[in-house]
Amino acid sequence: MDFSEEGLELKEIQRLEGHNDKVWSLAWNPTSTLLASCSGDKTVRIWQRSPSTSSWHCKAVLEETHTRTVRSCAWSPSGKLLATASFDATTAIWELIGDDFECVSTLEGHENEVKSVSWNASGSLLATCSRDKSVWIWEVQPGNEFECVSVLQGHTQDVKMVQWHPIMDVLFSCSYDNTVKIWAEDGDSDDWHCVQTLGESNNGHTSTVWALSFNPEGDKMVTCSDDLTVKIWDTDSITMQAGEGYAPWKHLCTLSGYHDRTIFSAHWSREGIIATGAADDAIRFFVESKDGLVDGPLYKLMLKKEQAHDMDINSVQWSSGENRLLASASDDGTIKIWELASIT
Amino acid sequence: MTLGLINANPVVHAKKERVARTEDLHGDDAVDPLEIYDILFLLHPEHPYSLEQLSVLSEESITVDEKLGRILITFTPTIQHCSMATVIGLCLRVKLKHYFPPHFKVDIKVSPGSHANEESVNKQLNDKERVAAALENPNLRQLVDECLYSNEL
Repeated sequence: MDFSEEGLELKEIQRLEGHNDKVWSLAWNPTSTLLASCSGDKTVRIWQRSPSTSSWHCKAVLEETHTRTVRSCAWSPSGKLLATASFDATTAIWELIGDDFECVSTLEGHENEVKSVSWNASGSLLATCSRDKSVWIWEVQPGNEFECVSVLQGHTQDVKMVQWHPIMDVLFSCSYDNTVKIWAEDGDSDDWHCVQTLGESNNGHTSTVWALSFNPEGDKMVTCSDDLTVKIWDTDSITMQAGEGYAPWKHLCTLSGYHDRTIFSAHWSREGIIATGAADDAIRFFVESKDGLVDGPLYKLMLKKEQAHDMDINSVQWSSGENRLLASASDDGTIKIWELASIT
Repeated sequence: MTLGLINANPVVHAKKERVARTEDLHGDDAVDPLEIYDILFLLHPEHPYSLEQLSVLSEESITVDEKLGRILITFTPTIQHCSMATVIGLCLRVKLKHYFPPHFKVDIKVSPGSHANEESVNKQLNDKERVAAALENPNLRQLVDECLYSNEL
């Protein structure tokens, strides 16, 4: 899809207020129009769009469970469960029962703040990571039971985010140690281990890596960092699609000079648009460049929305349902719903 | 965390005479480094003297870019291995939290060459997730509160 022909703008649809502290993270439910947000106010809010008025309202507040900041949330692929990761060192699992969300399980084990949680594509595995430098893999069992099947050591510092590959059961983590690590299971032994580390020597980041996101095909990945750059990585898609096991990732390009403060979030849309949220309160959009120049840039800045929020943006997430709908979360305590629309 | 005095005999400098200024930095008032400095009369966690007297902070160590809304504060820990450098940095963040319009960005660093683990201290102090988590830790929070409020008694 060639976006350079279209005149696009980011239109603010609605501003969601309610949280009393920084909003750290957002997650769109994969099967319904629910949006989950989590905050320094120790709660998780579930937002729903009313079919009649098309405006968003807060459907539920999940409180009195976590005792510190809730840092990250993720819906299971079926949309039935929500996992929430907290600075209180636990991960809570919530289920929609009737009209209420109930906490059906609490995962303990990390020594300190849990930073991120992610479900694999089939919903059979959950991953969490923490300032304790470890990544944990949990198996989902009947009756909302979760069994820890692996504790992965390797990062030398605080692990900021974990993200499963969209197709394969391969886990990616990024850290305060400036690296991205890739974890896969040994064919026979069910042992998880680190199969690759993307560090400075592989053209990797030179400061904390805050987030990573995959393109829909799963053969490209974007990472963003405190080093003020966004990097694109790719893998051999033929090997990947043939299911012939793990193929290494390599650096494709670095987008530098576009951000002058830490980039906290990057999310790749179904149409191939990369959205970033940064500490300069702006949202930026990058797309593949179709200039065809021999040494030309591979990706270019398509649009920049300055002062999208009054403070740092911690998370940007494309909607799972509609192509051009985006949500952003900020230190200012608000969430904004945006539409990337043609200029009328 | 040990709280024993590591630097038992600091060099104490005479306190400069200071003209009283208002502490209001909100809204349309220009952000004056001198006003910020006035606010930062903190108790050094280990010593009953202010940071100014210990030469930890001076007026020159605050720079403000009003157009961009950026503030950089550099401080000098009293000795190279000062274990309280991260706590001092946290105290500075908490003290300054409500003094600027919300869109201002505050960076806090140890002055170059003043600390053995300069890069490591700076990285922690400017990782807002780490700062937020530290301030939710009751022990650390109590220490910070004591540093900030005990000299107001």
